[in-house]
Amino acid sequence: MFGYSLSEVGNIFVMQGFSGLSLFSVLLLMALGLAVIFGQMGVINMAHGEFMAIGAYTTVLLSNIAVSYDFVQSYFVFAIIAAFIVAFIIGYLVEYGLIRHLYKRPLDTLLATWGLSLIMQQIFRSIFGAKEVSATLPDWLLGSFKLTPNIDIPINGVFVMVLTLIVTGGVFVFMYRSRWGLRMRATVQNRVMAGAVGINTKRVDRVTFALGCGIAGVAGAAFTTIASTGPTTGSLYIVDSFMVVVLGGTASLIGTIASAFGIAQTQSILQFFMTSSMGKVATLLTIVVIFMMRPEGLFSSKVRK
Amino acid sequence: MNSLAKKLLDGREGAVSLALLAAIILIVLPLLLDPFRIGLVGKYITYAFVAVSLVLLWGHGGILSLGQGMFFGLGGYAMAMFLKLEASDPISTKIQTTPGIPDFMDWNQITAIPWFWQPFQSLTLTLLAILLVPTFFAFIIGYAMFKRRVGGVYFAIITQAITLILSILIIGQQGYTGGVNGITDLKTLLGWDIRTDSARYVLYYLNALLLIGCIMLSHYILSSKFGMMLLAMRDKEERVRFSGYDVANFKIFIFCVSAMISAIGGAMFTLQVGFMSPSFVGIVPSIEMVIFAAVGGRMSLIGAVYGTLLVSFGKTMFSETYPELWLFLMGGLFIAVVMFFPNGLAGVYNKYKNKIGFLRRLSESDKETPTVAAPVPANSVTAKPQGETA
Repeated sequence: MFGYSLSEVGNIFVMQGFSGLSLFSVLLLMALGLAVIFGQMGVINMAHGEFMAIGAYTTVLLSNIAVSYDFVQSYFVFAIIAAFIVAFIIGYLVEYGLIRHLYKRPLDTLLATWGLSLIMQQIFRSIFGAKEVSATLPDWLLGSFKLTPNIDIPINGVFVMVLTLIVTGGVFVFMYRSRWGLRMRATVQNRVMAGAVGINTKRVDRVTFALGCGIAGVAGAAFTTIASTGPTTGSLYIVDSFMVVVLGGTASLIGTIASAFGIAQTQSILQFFMTSSMGKVATLLTIVVIFMMRPEGLFSSKVRK
Repeated sequence: MNSLAKKLLDGREGAVSLALLAAIILIVLPLLLDPFRIGLVGKYITYAFVAVSLVLLWGHGGILSLGQGMFFGLGGYAMAMFLKLEASDPISTKIQTTPGIPDFMDWNQITAIPWFWQPFQSLTLTLLAILLVPTFFAFIIGYAMFKRRVGGVYFAIITQAITLILSILIIGQQGYTGGVNGITDLKTLLGWDIRTDSARYVLYYLNALLLIGCIMLSHYILSSKFGMMLLAMRDKEERVRFSGYDVANFKIFIFCVSAMISAIGGAMFTLQVGFMSPSFVGIVPSIEMVIFAAVGGRMSLIGAVYGTLLVSFGKTMFSETYPELWLFLMGGLFIAVVMFFPNGLAGVYNKYKNKIGFLRRLSESDKETPTVAAPVPANSVTAKPQGETA
């Protein structure tokens, strides 16, 4: 196969599969936030990548503080929480100032949030500079496991995956086991009735949007462990994350997870055997073709429309 | 006025607006500006083709395509491939390992012109390709999407993804497309040097006349029954479907028309500017062209041209002097247009025109001679500023 021996192909699949898992983690965290916002509210948030960048920059800032006050080994946990809170608050304000005026016009929301993303990118550039910055990582995130002599598994990748698992679990519990989640799902199913039984639907919208942004912030914190952050980092992931949500079917978290996994693995394995750009082209093309054949997404809830 | 002229010009008021636009771009700007600036305006005008196509598709059809850059790029690349082949004759490329092929192919160890470049040795085939290839793409995409009743934001996202695919493909396949630099060093069109000042003027006028032609064609489409159908579909798609019309076919048709108009703009861009590069194909240019149409007024063909000229001019001016401020302004423009001026400049103009005497008389004279659009029963669909149904 392509001039590699069988054991080499096996190793390549494990290593590429693992790097696919890191990509899967970031994509999933991004897409979870999007799926919450798009799936629950029907709002297209083109600035979602910038909320991820907010999380990443928050982490970088905290790491700088940690370096000067010497608590590098432990800051990362705080950084994740801070990234969530900062992105949550900014998301809350954005919903209040912008999104809530545009709920009935989804295409206009798309344009307005694109404008917002331009503004946010420029703010990043003015504050942090056009160069990419990276956080100082604690020692326990560096290095790698050696599974076999030929297979290296980087620790930061494992960490990002564990974090993704925790956040995904958290979103599940929040959506399906908490009072807030119940209100959100009620509002999605029937806004008027939800209002009639005393749910403050406007507040639910605001919290849903802010929550989605907060998850993007966590994605940003996770992102700093595997790459450096620049003003346009977020925009690199936005199309991919939309593809994840669209392919997975908007109303289903399981679908989001499955499609994030499929896309990330396909892309990272194809990128090894083809050039990086052709692997990306092949992946996106596959998604578009699948979508054209199954417009409701891979995992759609069966609803009579 | 006879009825064909009325349809082409959009009534007496439309004729005056179009004449004013024509006077500005054909007479006033060439008198005021030096050849360099005229080249710039010419470049803006090529963007205006896309803005006009978006007025048709988005303003009247309610279909937001974030992939118009793709069609612009396909048209532009088709023209650039023809010009590049003409510029790489064996004599002027004799220092290459393989003379007679474009320089970037030689750099990438390609020794023969690839098959998909072959048709571009003929101008007729190139012109056909400019018009038909993007239209064909639009047909495929439109057929796959609209027949499955995919629309709204899904359509926007998928067209954006397809645009991304095309731009990654162009950048990645350096040997076949010139990669990130694009196709440069274009010299002559059938032996006529396109880089001189006089050529710039000739191309500018050709450009402007083609644009006016496209606007008249669009007026014709919009004033026909099909134009009414578009509005009806935009506002109450289900009702149109239940009345027995195949909504998908109308959408595919308008998508193809808008792709063709954008492609003409792209081809003219290559001629006017003298190169084509992937930076005019990707996601960012595609969405910027949406804002051109939105600023001018998404319902107004002529407004879209003014919007394009103003925003592009602002971009050139600000990004030269205050590059930081520009992104803030651009972002603010997106938000402001959506929140406060959903009908753009044309909306502002329509709001205040009744205060100015002769403009009011113009629009009243149009009303006395009812057009297709004039008698609107109370409960039928009307043109609302918002292009979407909730």
